[in-house]
Amino acid sequence: MIAQLTTSERRQSAIILLVLGMAGLAMAALGRSDPLGVHGLLVILFSVGLSYFVLSSFYEPEPETDRLGLYYDDPIKVGIVLSMAWAVFGMFIGVWVAAQLAWPDLAFDAAWSSFGRLRPAHTTGVIFGFGGNALIATSFHVVQRTSRARLAGQVSPWFVLLGFNLFCVLAVTGYFMGLTQSKEYAEPEWYADLWLVIVWITYFVLYLRTLARRKEPHIYVANWYYMAFIVVVAILHIVNNVAVPVSLGHAKSYSVWAGVQDAMVQWWYGHNAVAFFLTAGFLAMLYYYLPIRAGRPIFSYRLSILSFWGITFFYMWAGSHHLHYTALPHWVQNLGMTFSVMLLVPSWASAGNALLTLNGAWHKVRDDATLRFITVAVLFYGLSTFEGSFLAIRPVNSLSHYTDWTVGHVHAGALGWVALITFGSFYTLVPTLWKRERMYSAGLVEVHFWLALAGTLVYVFAMWNSGIIQGLMWRTYTDDGTLAYSFIDSLLAMYPYYIARAFGGLLFLLGAIVACYNIWMTVRHVPLSASRRADIPITGLPAGAATPAE
Amino acid sequence: MDLDHDTLVAFSKSWGLFYLIALSIAVLIYTFLPSNRKRFDDAKKNILDKDDTPWRR
Repeated sequence: MIAQLTTSERRQSAIILLVLGMAGLAMAALGRSDPLGVHGLLVILFSVGLSYFVLSSFYEPEPETDRLGLYYDDPIKVGIVLSMAWAVFGMFIGVWVAAQLAWPDLAFDAAWSSFGRLRPAHTTGVIFGFGGNALIATSFHVVQRTSRARLAGQVSPWFVLLGFNLFCVLAVTGYFMGLTQSKEYAEPEWYADLWLVIVWITYFVLYLRTLARRKEPHIYVANWYYMAFIVVVAILHIVNNVAVPVSLGHAKSYSVWAGVQDAMVQWWYGHNAVAFFLTAGFLAMLYYYLPIRAGRPIFSYRLSILSFWGITFFYMWAGSHHLHYTALPHWVQNLGMTFSVMLLVPSWASAGNALLTLNGAWHKVRDDATLRFITVAVLFYGLSTFEGSFLAIRPVNSLSHYTDWTVGHVHAGALGWVALITFGSFYTLVPTLWKRERMYSAGLVEVHFWLALAGTLVYVFAMWNSGIIQGLMWRTYTDDGTLAYSFIDSLLAMYPYYIARAFGGLLFLLGAIVACYNIWMTVRHVPLSASRRADIPITGLPAGAATPAE
Repeated sequence: MDLDHDTLVAFSKSWGLFYLIALSIAVLIYTFLPSNRKRFDDAKKNILDKDDTPWRR
């Protein structure tokens, strides 16, 4: 990997790592025994560990200039590996935390393993660790292929990828120490947030510079979605995390927002994190990997443009549906509700566009588990966007809010849509990227597919049942006008569903482990494909042996 | 003029509506402009090309 960098680029990496290490040292010195100090040590370790990689190959010969005539795939490969590692970690924590709800003793009486700390470790692990790395890796792949241009940087892709992972590590270790801003999906404290801003702006600039190098006159729609993801996440992250630390030597900070404004900013952030982190970026995967895998162009390109702008502009206003029946002004609640319902149109336009692309290729869906991953992901996308619009309607929300129905809805989206489209994309991407003919085992892809689907269905049905039962029990009155059930009654009624949910999650986790094994064996043991062998730099073959670009 | 809650509500309820309508019209024009047809068709098909090297050396 380092051998692909020139001497000046290696020097540049070493300097960046030195600066990072100094920042870690400052954090450790200022923070001392505060969690900030622990994080300082962690940053130093991170920087020293990576410096070892850079310095150990520092004096290796310079790479051939030929490499600039090839796509830059090393960061993508590392991104996929990191993504799968986070998937297993995040899903394992998920299964554990789900099991704690059924069997609370599984917290083992320790502070770090209590529900309140494991739960954000699960959400951060799967959303940012698994999803975020998958988005970064696939965006690097899609932007290069659709622009027919190499990434506009040698060091910056690594900075983005590894910097983002440092953020995730700071986040998760912080939770275990009890650090949180108490903002959902924005739990990490101020210094981690500042770091993410630097990483994210680098990402944005890298993406724009690569697009500027493109040969295609038109920017393919997948890139629009990735751009929306990058730009909007930057805006959301900055606005929601404006906070003042207690002191520079202290990890704790206080948000500048207060009261209902704070709630509105948080859920404007929270819902758009769903929209632009968990939807836009993954729609980008859909618009690229679905046509590639099915071998058919997207059904309607115009429809994809219309749904892009629909999704972008409607989602921005939907966040307030998280705050029905609160102190938030009624008209703002109405606004969020209306836009949420309208969102169904562009969402279903995207889902319909994807399904119509498959029209005429249904035999491939039957035979190819990878394409089936993508297809079922589209179905779950259609299902959960419908459910989302429905739950955003105020009277429906009065039944569903605070119940497991919300949890079921999120997981229909996160497991059924986000994770399945990611696995489908990875199974398409891995053989291409490592120049293999195929995945190591088509049978294991099949096994993974059924584990993932069964896990998702078990999970979602369990949560639908328990959510609706909870909602009904909480609003049932006796003839005397008092509540018929106590909270504990509803908790006891949840017991079988909580076991089912942990079991569904376990199936899903097993599927992810099977995927890791399959990807590992593909990289290690599947022979290089003849047609793709030509443009591999390490074999020393001249890059010109590949088919000429045009 | 005071920039209070009601002012902002009035602004968002009027101009907020107008700019969203203007945007949708702009997007519709862009999408269906006949001169864009070829570029969209090319974009749709070109991603399926098999070659796997960037154009710039």
